[in-house]
This record gives sequence, C-alpha cells and structure tokens, in this order.
Amino acid sequence: MITQQHTASDFPGEIHETPGGGIVLSKLDDVINWARSNSLWPLTFATSCCGIEMMSTAGAKYDFSRFGFEVARATPRQADVIIIAGTIVNKMAPVLKRLYDQMADPKYVIAMGACAISGGPFFYNTYSVVKGADHVIPVDVYVAGCPPRPEALLHALITLQQKIKMGLTREQIREGKESV
Amino acid sequence: MSLTNEQIQNKLVEKFGEAVTNFTEPYGMLTFEAPKELNLKVLQFLFDDETLKFRFLTDLQAVHYPNDKGRELAVVYHLHNLVDNVRIRFKVFTDINKPDVYTATQLYATANWMERETYDFFGVNFVGHPNLKRILNVDEMDYFPLRKEFPLEDQTRIDKDDEMFGRGGSVN
Repeated sequence: MITQQHTASDFPGEIHETPGGGIVLSKLDDVINWARSNSLWPLTFATSCCGIEMMSTAGAKYDFSRFGFEVARATPRQADVIIIAGTIVNKMAPVLKRLYDQMADPKYVIAMGACAISGGPFFYNTYSVVKGADHVIPVDVYVAGCPPRPEALLHALITLQQKIKMGLTREQIREGKESV
Repeated sequence: MSLTNEQIQNKLVEKFGEAVTNFTEPYGMLTFEAPKELNLKVLQFLFDDETLKFRFLTDLQAVHYPNDKGRELAVVYHLHNLVDNVRIRFKVFTDINKPDVYTATQLYATANWMERETYDFFGVNFVGHPNLKRILNVDEMDYFPLRKEFPLEDQTRIDKDDEMFGRGGSVN
C-alpha cells in the first residue's frame, strides 16, 4: 500500500492534535499566499528569442506546470504573472504597459533575459530599444541570461513563489525586513 | 526558351535607349539604373512586356551613400519573373535634400508596406503613396535611423572582448 507523504513545510500552519484526529492551525494570510503562489498563470507574452526558451520551459521536458504555472493564458485578464521574454522596443512599451494594467491584482512580473533587464546587447547605440523593462512596469524577479536556460527560468518562477509566500511588500524586502 | 540577362538588357535599351545605364551582373543577377523620373515607366514596361513579365516585386528598399553628392539615396527594386524564374535588380538614385520618388503602389500592392518601411528608415518620400507614415518605428520619431548620419560604435572600446563574440580577440 502506498502511503501519501506530507511535508510539513509545504502548507503553512501546524497540526494541533486532538483525540480522534487533529486540526490544522494557520493564518489566513499565509493560506492565501500559499494558494496564490501555487497557482500562477503566466501570460502568453514573448517578443524575441527568450520566448523560445519560455515555450521550452512550458513544454514536456521542463514543464513548469509542475510548479503551478499551469496554463499560459492568452489574455491579460486571466493571467497572474507576465514573463517579459524578450526585447522591449519603444513602440512595444505602451503595449506592455497596457497589458500590465489589464491584468487583475495581484499581479507579478518576471524580467527574463538581458534585454528585459537592461536592454542587453542593445544597450549601446540603439534608436529603438527600451533599456530595461522596469522603466515601464515594476519587476519582481530578474533572470540573467541571453537567453536564460529553462532551468534558470524555473528558478526565477520558484523564487517568485517564495517571494509571494514571504508575504512582504517590495518596500519591506528592500528595507531588509525578515519574514514575519 | 528561358529569358537571359542579355535579352532583358536589349529589350530595355531598345525601349529606353540612353536612359537606362550601369548594366552589371553581380553574382549573375542583372542590375541596372534609370533616372528616378522614369522609375514607373521602366517598372510598367517590365511588368507589361509579353516576354519580360516581371510581375512580382520581391523587395524594395533604400541605400544611403553619404559621399555621392546629389545622389545620396538609392531606391532598389528587386523584381521576379515567375514564369521563367528570372530575377533582376533596378535602382534609382535621388538627392537626399529632395528625396521624392514616384510610388509603385499602383503597380504592385505589396509596395505599400515596403515603401512605408523605406520611408520610415531612410526618409524617401514616395509621391502618391496612399498612406505614407511610419510603420515600424514610433510615430514621434523625428529622424531616419538607417541613414548614415550617426556615429558608429567607438572602435577603441576595451570593455568588449571580441573573443566573447566569436570574432577574433586575443586567441587569433
């Protein structure tokens, strides 16, 4: 018989033993953050070669569904996280802003690859490239690479989950506050 | 019997005489030049002629020659005869201070997009184009980015190692 293994660290809270079973004690905030972090739906958004790596990450070999990035949504209204996979040019910037504005809260942003972080190879001598997507919308996690490998993107996605589970705002993290 | 470059050249010289010049055949592709006022006449002739039949505009773009005074901008048409599978290249040159060239949109619908792109990047003013505005760059841009008016990357930079880009460097 296969016994199901439960790991205590996965679900926030503790088991309070009572006669005839037990009850789980937890904080609602923690449960909500746990639920959010384990069901992040990414927006189908890719502007260049990073998009190919993102598709590979979504495919069978790497399969980010295993971590709760279940379905890539083709509309920002149903998406929780936007992975900026590729170069953002001046003409794309207002479109990116609009997509971000159309996403429902809570929403998260991952800047994937050198172009989305800083303009990357187009940092010098360009007439059209935005030098970092964070000039347009706030970014939660940056992934280095040109393009990053699928493992790197998975790491970034898991980092985002940890960030959400931590339950701190961007300002609190910047001030170096410890997890409550 | 398929169409040869020589036949095309003879046809053009017979029709336009001294106006068509600079016949060359780089990599076997017939290339020639005409005054910009004649561009539509030449294109129409290439399109209509029963033996030439150049009825497909493969590509259209511009080239900037900053040192060629009075003829800085070249507009290049790449044409394809789909019956005999022959390609030719046709150039007109224009002054950069008055970059007016007649539009080919009446002849080739595909020229609409390509002329907008050429205008966007080189500032060639295609006279008669139905909707000549920027297509790839932002509308607010007030310069033409592919003209050779902008400095190249500083060649004395030392923070980029060529070796990392697969083109020489310290290993060579």
